[in-house]
Amino acid sequence: MTEPLKSDLSLTKQYRQHISTRLILLTVLAVGIVLSLLYDLSEGPSSLSYGELIQGLWLPESLPLSQQVIIWDIRLPYALMAILVGASLGLAGAEMQTALNNPLASPFTLGVGSAATFGASLAIVFDFSSLGISQTYLLPIFAFAFACLTSLIILAVANSLGGSIQSVLLFGIALMFGLNAMVGVIQFVADEGQLQQIVFWTMGSLARADLEKAIIVAVVFVLCLLVSLRHSWSMTLLRCGEEQAQSMGINVKRLRVTTLVRVSLVTAVALAFVGEIGFIGLVAPHIARMIIGESHRFFLLGSTLCGALLLSLASIVSKGVIPGLVLPIGMVTALVGIPFFITLIYQHQRRNPL
Amino acid sequence: MSLELNNIRIAYGKKEILSGISLEPIKPGNLVALLGQNGAGKSTFVKGLAGLKSYQGTATLNGIELEKMDQYQRLNNIGYVPQTLPQGSSLLAYEVVKSAAASQTDKSRQDGMIEDVFQRLKISHLALLPMHKLSGGQRQMISLAQAIVRKPKLYLLDEPTSALDLNWQMQVLKAIREEVDSQGATALLISHDINLALRYCDQVVLLNQGKVLANGSALDCLTPDNLAQAYKVDARIERCSKGHPIILVDNAI
Repeated sequence: MTEPLKSDLSLTKQYRQHISTRLILLTVLAVGIVLSLLYDLSEGPSSLSYGELIQGLWLPESLPLSQQVIIWDIRLPYALMAILVGASLGLAGAEMQTALNNPLASPFTLGVGSAATFGASLAIVFDFSSLGISQTYLLPIFAFAFACLTSLIILAVANSLGGSIQSVLLFGIALMFGLNAMVGVIQFVADEGQLQQIVFWTMGSLARADLEKAIIVAVVFVLCLLVSLRHSWSMTLLRCGEEQAQSMGINVKRLRVTTLVRVSLVTAVALAFVGEIGFIGLVAPHIARMIIGESHRFFLLGSTLCGALLLSLASIVSKGVIPGLVLPIGMVTALVGIPFFITLIYQHQRRNPL
Repeated sequence: MSLELNNIRIAYGKKEILSGISLEPIKPGNLVALLGQNGAGKSTFVKGLAGLKSYQGTATLNGIELEKMDQYQRLNNIGYVPQTLPQGSSLLAYEVVKSAAASQTDKSRQDGMIEDVFQRLKISHLALLPMHKLSGGQRQMISLAQAIVRKPKLYLLDEPTSALDLNWQMQVLKAIREEVDSQGATALLISHDINLALRYCDQVVLLNQGKVLANGSALDCLTPDNLAQAYKVDARIERCSKGHPIILVDNAI
């Protein structure tokens, strides 16, 4: 441990170089998202050149009405929703992994996504018109309520089991199976139209995205991100260790509860309009952690951008695999996400055998 | 201006772990060893003062009740080094220490304090490594740096040398001694090494079954009778070739 410092630079300067590298990486991710968005917008049965695309985005009225509709009503909501949902899930996964101190935690693996599906299914099948809320808002409200309830149950279980990673994960999986079974029961009593909506939910699809829904997701995401960034110091301290954080005056219990409520909100609202999309919330934080580290003021942004980029790329893949057919994006994330995640774990384990 | 502890009681459920600990006011500049066998209540006592367990009774530092301190006061006044090491995360060691120095509002001073603590503990070469690449002993050093960087008035150190080799044990104790002397801080140090307490600490508090068995100078407290009662061992005090007192344990009773 007595090896001298090799560089002549002061530690502060060396650390600032690390920060500069991180900022460059965040910028690269942001540029990647913009490029992916443009490619996503250009993809589709009706071919549009990049020139027409940029013209249509900048001066919509300069293009024929049909092309305006394709860009603004069909492709833009679809592509934007992919980015916003990906960003929301990336943020939710990063916060959940820190709050529960569990690298395998994500809205998908712990059943929070299934709970949102269950809530949405209830809103789809049963008549809640007496509440006087439109279906556009009723779905996210129900999805949020059940996602939130599930997160708090998971937190209570994590506390009672001493926070063991495996126990919490197993409980989450059991919860997921239970909720999926209940969704099955609801499907059983649903009529044909309702069944179609629930199936759409469980597969995860951007097909019903529109700008109004994208704006709702964007507003909730931005608000949650701002609050998350405000707590980034507390979350970094929590990552140092629970006792360390608590001794420095952090109310760990309150921090965990508020974080999980925020995770539930951002997850439920994101999934309310596109259905269950797995693995983004699990994979994005791992990629961000590997390339950007875990200081939360960078990590949260990194995971958010990784999630956005991954889902945007998945959106492109979903259109390109079978010409003329758009696969549900949830299928793409599952098919690509599972081997990708296994590869990540394998590489990470090889580099850090301890 | 001191640490005052009156009738501190802590229980886990119905089981009382500490049954009324009261000590004479501990003056600034004192390094106090908390000794006793496993389960005597040492860690619970320190956790209570660190804000991790609620306690009954009063514990004041310079007249401020510890439990009533807000986050800013806690950051600036109490430096707790827990028995559990910082997690093996992807945080850089520098960031772990920096996160603890966040209460220092002057950023340029903050950077200087972080550099200083890394240099004084001779761990600058670890600063830009992620925590998951550090050994247990190295993480223990980072944990100590997290406490020292804030220059607290009260150090609560729960076996801060348990994962360190002999050389680093000496370095750490020297660093703690220097902090206590130069900053006029008070330190409560839990240890199972009674000779270390004898050599480095100004005062010893010997706990037995949640109560104070002896409190005073190391030589006054660590008598064969007290050691037999607290640790259930036959022990004697000898002098080494340099004339320092040394405790030799002959047998378990």
